Amino acid sequence: MSDLLKYPGESRNDSLPPEGKAAAHLRRTFLFKLSILLNVAVGTVLAVPLVGYLLGPALKKESSVGAWVNLGRADDYPVGETRLVDFESPVASLGDGQTAKVACWVRRVSARQFQVFAVNCAHLGCPVRWFAESKLFMCPCHGGAYYQDGSRAAGPPERGLFEYSSKLDGDALLIHAGNMPTLVTQASCQGSHNDKPLVQIVQADNAMRSTPWQT
Amino acid sequence: MADLKKRGIEVGLQVYQWLEQRLGLIKPLSDAATHPTPSNNASWLYVFGSAATVLLVLQVMTGILLALVYSPSANEAWGSLQLLDHNIALGWYLRALHGWGSNFMIAIVIIHMVQVFLFGAYKFPRELTWIIGVLLLLLTLGMAFTGQVLRFDQDAYWGLGIGASILSRVPFIGAPLVHMMLGGPIIGGATLSRFFTLHVFVIPGLLLAGVAVHVWMTLLHGVSDWPMPGRLVSKSTYQREYQKLTEKTGIPFVPDAAWKDAVFAAAIMFSVMACAFFFGPFGPGGPPDPTIIQSVPKPDFAFLWIYSVLAFLPTSIETPVMLVAPVIAIAGMLLLPLFASEGERHWARRPVAVLTVSVIAVSLGVFTYLGTYTPWSPVMDAWTSDAIPPKYLHNRTPLERQGALVLQNKQCRNCHMLEGAGGQRGPALDSIATRMTEDQIIRQVLQGGGNMPAYGNALNPSQTKALVSFLVTLRGDDLPSAVDASRRLATKGEVRMPRTP
Repeated sequence: MSDLLKYPGESRNDSLPPEGKAAAHLRRTFLFKLSILLNVAVGTVLAVPLVGYLLGPALKKESSVGAWVNLGRADDYPVGETRLVDFESPVASLGDGQTAKVACWVRRVSARQFQVFAVNCAHLGCPVRWFAESKLFMCPCHGGAYYQDGSRAAGPPERGLFEYSSKLDGDALLIHAGNMPTLVTQASCQGSHNDKPLVQIVQADNAMRSTPWQT
Repeated sequence: MADLKKRGIEVGLQVYQWLEQRLGLIKPLSDAATHPTPSNNASWLYVFGSAATVLLVLQVMTGILLALVYSPSANEAWGSLQLLDHNIALGWYLRALHGWGSNFMIAIVIIHMVQVFLFGAYKFPRELTWIIGVLLLLLTLGMAFTGQVLRFDQDAYWGLGIGASILSRVPFIGAPLVHMMLGGPIIGGATLSRFFTLHVFVIPGLLLAGVAVHVWMTLLHGVSDWPMPGRLVSKSTYQREYQKLTEKTGIPFVPDAAWKDAVFAAAIMFSVMACAFFFGPFGPGGPPDPTIIQSVPKPDFAFLWIYSVLAFLPTSIETPVMLVAPVIAIAGMLLLPLFASEGERHWARRPVAVLTVSVIAVSLGVFTYLGTYTPWSPVMDAWTSDAIPPKYLHNRTPLERQGALVLQNKQCRNCHMLEGAGGQRGPALDSIATRMTEDQIIRQVLQGGGNMPAYGNALNPSQTKALVSFLVTLRGDDLPSAVDASRRLATKGEVRMPRTP
């Protein structure tokens, strides 16, 4: 340590000749750039897990979501009728409260054949209601309507209702539930419905009107 | 006494000097406040920006106070709002102030933007001020949407569902986007937490920083001078001209111009308080229980027009419009000052600008109005609540009356009005027989078409017969029935059936 420095840690810069000062500046500039590089490295190491945490919900594998849910005895559903059933979502987590509950429409077509529809309209997800007399599901939001088999009847939806895959296990009716149903995250999420084609949009056939009784 | 006063002033001065020597902010701030501004912009039309800022401060304050009680958990959020409304002293008033403050803030921000646009104040050198302003508008709307979610009632729940359904239409990354938005596979605790984070930390932080930059640029370039027809903005001369105008006509912003800002801000604050006091808080509506499907979800006022537009888009172009139109609209607003940074500022010489504002205002107004009564939605309880008007049952045969019963029981009224009662999804039926012949009615009922489902599966032949015989009696004020023109020709014998060999 130089004699000129009264305190440890005090800069030695003042005593340097001009060219020494320039060299010291160069050295410090280099060190500063190095420190930036160091921080980029540390920042990257810091950022990767943070971004991973943030993107966590998006990175989950589709097939790992969901489970079979028991909707009770099949005999409790009269043949030919459509009933609203509530169940607890198998993918609910801590603190979901009431939102963990899910409703679905169960239609018993015949003794062994069931159709289970999500209440979420295929247009924008509002809850559709069943009207037994007119045999239609109607949506309160934008006027989407579906026939009793879930196919599109009228209004803005581009397809029929989302359908859970269902099966009979002895006397019990089971459905597979997971994601909230939307166009990409359909009611049933085991890939069993991915091969199901979208219900084709049937345009209202206005040409029929002018010649109503064509043969 | 005079001595005491003198000493008091001295002590005050010393305190000020002690503080300013260490802080160094008081003088620059007061210099900024009293900067000279051209006298022609000390106008009642230049008060909206400051009012928006005052409202932002109100929102931050009331928001912090609400956070003292609000519980951002899906389990408790709705209950904690009930607690605020009914059990915490003045909790309802704080909620009302925050809710009305939000509505007023959106309105004032939009008025501010329209004023700036019509006055051409976004032109050189204030392009970036406008761009930041557009971002501030989007952030304000973001606050409104996330705030509506925090209310966590049925509207919030299904509103999230609508948001997720829109995101699900994004090609390729739809599913990850939905899960990012919801924080999991379903709407639940994680969803509310992330909207709370956005509403309380992320967006307010961006909003306050944005406002700081916005105000800084306003100080840097000065408040725009009142536009004059024919006085064009040119990048080479504008700043010099503005400086000259300020030197010639300048008045200190505080107090000579700012008193109008202050009076307007006070009026706005008073209006918010009055609305909060007299109209009370917004909701919460029913609890966020997705099994309660007797719900008619609707967004808050500011988003009603979007809700309406979504009812009118044809299915084939719905997804592209939903995803592309917002991008174009926002990009258009952001890029506007870059494409029109020079030239005429006065609205009288900018017909396209005036027309644009008018068209947008009328469209938003009409769609918002439609959103208040949603004519496209079936009225779910019309079939049980709206009786057939008695005059349509007078002098009718038993079969026709049976048909009226079918009309009622088959829920036709949910979409069709009779004497002004019922849904508006389909046409009113009061004079249906004057527009359609019996044959056409039968076909329409059984096969559907247009926006009507086919009822062939829901009606048996005798019901159809009864229904149609009732419908053909509906001829308004005894107007003539619709007739099939070709049939009349056939009965007159003017056309002959082609003979088959």
